[in-house]
Amino acid sequence: MELTTVWFILIAVLWCGYFLLEGFDFGVGMLLPVLGRDDRERRLLINTIGPVWDGNEVWLLVAGGATFAAFPEWYATLFSGFYLPLLLILVALILRGLAFEYRGKSDSPQWKRYWDWAIIGGSIVPAVLWGVAFGNIVRGVPISAEHEYVGGFFNLLNPYALVGGLTTTGLFLLHGAVFLALKTDGEIRARAGAVAVRVAVPTVVLAAGFLLWTQLTHSDAWGWVLSGAAAAALISGVLAARARREGWAFICTGATIVLAVAALFVTLFPDVMPTTLAGGDSLTTTNAASTPYTLKVMTWVAVCFTPIVLAYQAWTYWVFRRRLRVEHIPAGGH
Amino acid sequence: MDKLDLARWQFAITTVYHFIFVPITIGLSALVAGLQTAWVRTGKEQYLRATKFWGKLFLINFAMGVVTGIVQEFQFGMNWSAYSRFVGDIFGAPLAIEGLLAFFLESTFLGLWIFGWDRLPKRVHLATIWIASIGTMLSAYFILAANSWMQHPVGYTMNAARGRAELTDIAAVLTNSTALVTFPHTIAACFLTAGALLLAVSAWHLRRRNQIEVFRPGLKLGAWVILISGVAVLITGDLQARVMTEQQPMKMAAAEALYDTSKPASFSIFTIGSLDGRDEVYSVRIPSLLSFMATADPQGEVEGINDLQQQYAAKYGSGDYVPYVPVTYWSFRLMIGFGVLAMAIAALALWSTRKGRLPGGRWLWIAAVSTVAMPLLANSFGWIFTEVGRQPWTVFGMFKTADSVSPSVATSQAAFSVVLLTLLYGGLAVIELMLMLRYARAGAPENVVPGEEDDAEDDSDRPLAFAY
Ligand code: HDD
Ligand code: HEM
Ligand code: HEM
Repeated sequence: MELTTVWFILIAVLWCGYFLLEGFDFGVGMLLPVLGRDDRERRLLINTIGPVWDGNEVWLLVAGGATFAAFPEWYATLFSGFYLPLLLILVALILRGLAFEYRGKSDSPQWKRYWDWAIIGGSIVPAVLWGVAFGNIVRGVPISAEHEYVGGFFNLLNPYALVGGLTTTGLFLLHGAVFLALKTDGEIRARAGAVAVRVAVPTVVLAAGFLLWTQLTHSDAWGWVLSGAAAAALISGVLAARARREGWAFICTGATIVLAVAALFVTLFPDVMPTTLAGGDSLTTTNAASTPYTLKVMTWVAVCFTPIVLAYQAWTYWVFRRRLRVEHIPAGGH
Repeated sequence: MDKLDLARWQFAITTVYHFIFVPITIGLSALVAGLQTAWVRTGKEQYLRATKFWGKLFLINFAMGVVTGIVQEFQFGMNWSAYSRFVGDIFGAPLAIEGLLAFFLESTFLGLWIFGWDRLPKRVHLATIWIASIGTMLSAYFILAANSWMQHPVGYTMNAARGRAELTDIAAVLTNSTALVTFPHTIAACFLTAGALLLAVSAWHLRRRNQIEVFRPGLKLGAWVILISGVAVLITGDLQARVMTEQQPMKMAAAEALYDTSKPASFSIFTIGSLDGRDEVYSVRIPSLLSFMATADPQGEVEGINDLQQQYAAKYGSGDYVPYVPVTYWSFRLMIGFGVLAMAIAALALWSTRKGRLPGGRWLWIAAVSTVAMPLLANSFGWIFTEVGRQPWTVFGMFKTADSVSPSVATSQAAFSVVLLTLLYGGLAVIELMLMLRYARAGAPENVVPGEEDDAEDDSDRPLAFAY
C-alpha cells in the first residue's frame, strides 16, 4: 500500500478515536442539565469523565498534528478555510476544559452555574460543528486551483452539513447517555438508561438519513457497506439500551461512531477535500501529501508509539472502572 | 491594521500567554514529584502536605496551559496557511511526534495522578507524576526542535517546483545545534520560574508565621532552585549567544543595537538616548563583554547592523533585514535583568533563613513575594527577543513573515479572532489569578489522609479520595 494511503487511514483512525472517546465526554456534558438535578448529581456526572477527558481530547491534537505532518496542504486549506467554525470550537474547548477543573473551586452557586453553562455549551458547540465540518468536507467546498478555500462562511451552512451536525450531536448524546448508564449506579443509572431510550429514535432517524444522503450523492461500494454496518450497530445499541444491557449498548454506540466516521472517510478517498469549483483543484491523498521520506519517518513513529499509548490509555479506563454513585462524591469543594 | 499585523498580534499574544503557564507546569511538576518522592521515602507528613498544596496550584495552572495549547496547535493552519504549506513537510513532524509522545503521556498520567490517590499503590501513584513531568519535558523538546528549525533550518532541501521545503534528515532536525542549546536554556528558565513561585508563596506565609513547618522548607527549596537553575540559565544562555551569533549574526547585532562592526565590542547595561540606540546620550558599558558572549574571545569581532544589512541585501535581494531594534535591545536586557534580580533576591532570602532563622524584614518580604513575576517576565522577554530578532523571516533566510499569512482568511475574520481571543484570555487571566491567590493563601491542608489503596475486596462504598 502507498504510504499516502496508510496515512489517510491513520488520520481516519485518529478521528475515529477522537469521536469515539470525546463523543461520550460531549454527551455527558450535554446531559449535565438533564440528568444532574442538584449539585452533587452534576458532580457525579462530571467525575465519570474526570480522569479521562483530557487524554481523550489529545486525540484531536494528534489528529491535527498528524494532518500537518502528513498532509500539510490539507491542514492549511482546512483550518484557514473553516476559520470561524474552528475558532468557535477552540473557544468552546477552552471554556469546557477549564470548567472541569475550576467548577468546584468555589462554593458559590452562581460560580457553579456559569461553569455548568461552559460545560454544556462547550460540549454542544463542538458536537454540532464537527458534524458540520465533516459534512462539508465530504460534500465538497469551493477550493481554487491554488488550493485556497474561496467559499466564505455561509457556504458552510448548507442543509446537508447541518444534518451532519445534528447527526453527530444525536450520536454523542446517545453515546454519552449509554456511557453514564454504564459508569454510574443508583437513580442516575436508571435515568441515564431512560434518556438513552428517549434520544434513540431521533438519532436513528438522523443518522440513517445522513448516511443515506451521503451514499445517494456519493455512492461508494465500501461506503454503503460501512454505512449499513453503522446502522446495524446503532439499532443493536438501541435495543441493548432498552434491554438495559449497558456494556453491549456502549460497545454498539461506540461501533456506530467508528463505522460512521469510517464510512465518511472511505467515501472521501482518494480525495481529502474535494472542490465544487469548476476550474478548482481537489485536494487528494497525493497532491496534499508530504514527501515519502517524511511519511516513512512518521510511519515508524506511529508504529512504535501508538501501541504504547493505547495500552496506557486502556489501563486508565481499567483503573477507574468502578461505577460511581452519589454517595461516592465527597461533600464540599476541593 | 492589515491582516499580517493582526495575525502577528494574535500569534504573539496567544503564544506569550501560553508560555506564562508552560514554565510553571514544567518546573512545578518536577518539584511536586520531588516532594512526593520525599514523602514516600520518609513518610513525613509535612512532605505530603507540601505535595498536596503545591500540587493544587500546579493543577490550576496546568488547566490553563492545556487549553491555551489547543489554540497553538491549530493557529498555524488558521492564520499562517502559506507558512504551513511551505514548512509542513518538516515542521509538522515534530509537532505530531510531540502530540503522540508527550501530550498523551502528560494528560493521561496526570489524570491518573489527580484521581488515583486511593486507586493506585503508593509507588505506582508516585510514578504517575514523574511520568507526567517527563511528558512535559518531552513536549518542550519537540516544540523547541520545531522552533529551532525556523531559527536555523537544517536537514532539508528546497523543492522549487512545489515551492516548499522538504525533509531529508529527521535526525538533523532533532539534533539541530540550536535546539540543543535552546532546550536546556528554556528548561532551566522553567525551573527558575517554579522556584520563584515557591519562594514567593512561602515568603508570604512565613511573614504571617503560618505553617512554618511547610513553608520554611518551601522557601529554602524555592531559593535553591532559583540559584541553581539560574546558574544553568546563565551558562546555557551564554552558549546560546554563541550559536546565535554564528547562525543569526543580525540578531546579536540587534541585541546590542551595534550598528558598526566592532572589535572588541562592549555590552551596554542600559542606554539613555533614542529608543533604537542610534543616538546615545549616556550608557553604562562593560568592555569586551559582547565580544565574549558572541565569540568566547574578549577581543573578538562582532559584526554590526549596517554591514550585515549590506551582506544580507547582497545575498537575499534588496530589502530591509533589520529587526525592530528597540524591542530586541530592551527585551534582551530585561530577560537577563529580571532573571538576575530573582537570583539576587533568592540569595538574600537564603541568607535570612540561615541557622533556623525566619525572615522578618518588610522589604525583603515585598521583594520575595514579587519575585514570582520576574521569571515570567524574563521568559516572555526571552521569547519576544528570539522571535522579533528573527524578523523579517519566519524561517531564517528562506521564508518571510510577510509571505506566511493565510491568503484565504478575510481581514475581518482575523480581526474578529484576535479580539475574541484577547478578551477571552484577559477574562481567564483574572479568574486564574483569583484562584491562584485564593488557594495560595489558604495554605497547606492540616489533616492529610494518605489515602492509600486498601486491599479490601469490596471498595464499592468508599467515597472518592478526590472528586471534581
Ligand atoms: C518549552 C515548552 C513549550 C513551548 C515553547 C510550547 N509549549 Fe505547548 N505545552 C507545553 C510546552 C510548550 C507543555 C509543558 O507541555 C504544556 C503546558 C501546560 C501543559 O499542560 O502542557 C503545553 C500544552 C500544549 C497543548 C495542550 C496539550 C494537552 O492537552 O495536554 C498543545 C496542543 C500545545 N501545548 C501546543 C503548542 C504549540 C503548537 C506551540 C508552539 C507555538 C507550543 N505549544 C509552545
Ligand atoms: C512559547 C514560546 C514562544 C513565544 C513566547 C513566542 C513569541 C513570539 C512572538 C512575540 C512573535 C512575534 C514576533 C513579531 O511578530 O515580530 C512570534 C512569531 C512567530 N513565532 Fe514564536 N514564540 C514562541 C514559540 C514559538 C514556537 C515554538 C514556534 C513554532 C513551533 C513559533 C513560531 C512562530 C511563528 C511562525 C511566528 C511568526 C509570526 C509572527 O511573526 O508573529 N513560536 N513568536
Ligand atoms: C546572562 C543571562 C542570559 C543570557 C546570556 C541569555 C541568552 C539568551 C539568548 C542568546 C537567547 C536567544 C536565542 C536565540 O534566539 O537563538 C535567549 C532566549 C531566551 N531566554 Fe535567555 N539568556 C539569559 C537569561 C535568561 C533568563 C534569566 C531567562 C528566564 C528566566 C531566560 C529565558 C529565555 C527564554 C524563555 C528564551 C526564548 C527561548 C530560547 O530561544 O531559548 N534567559 N536567551
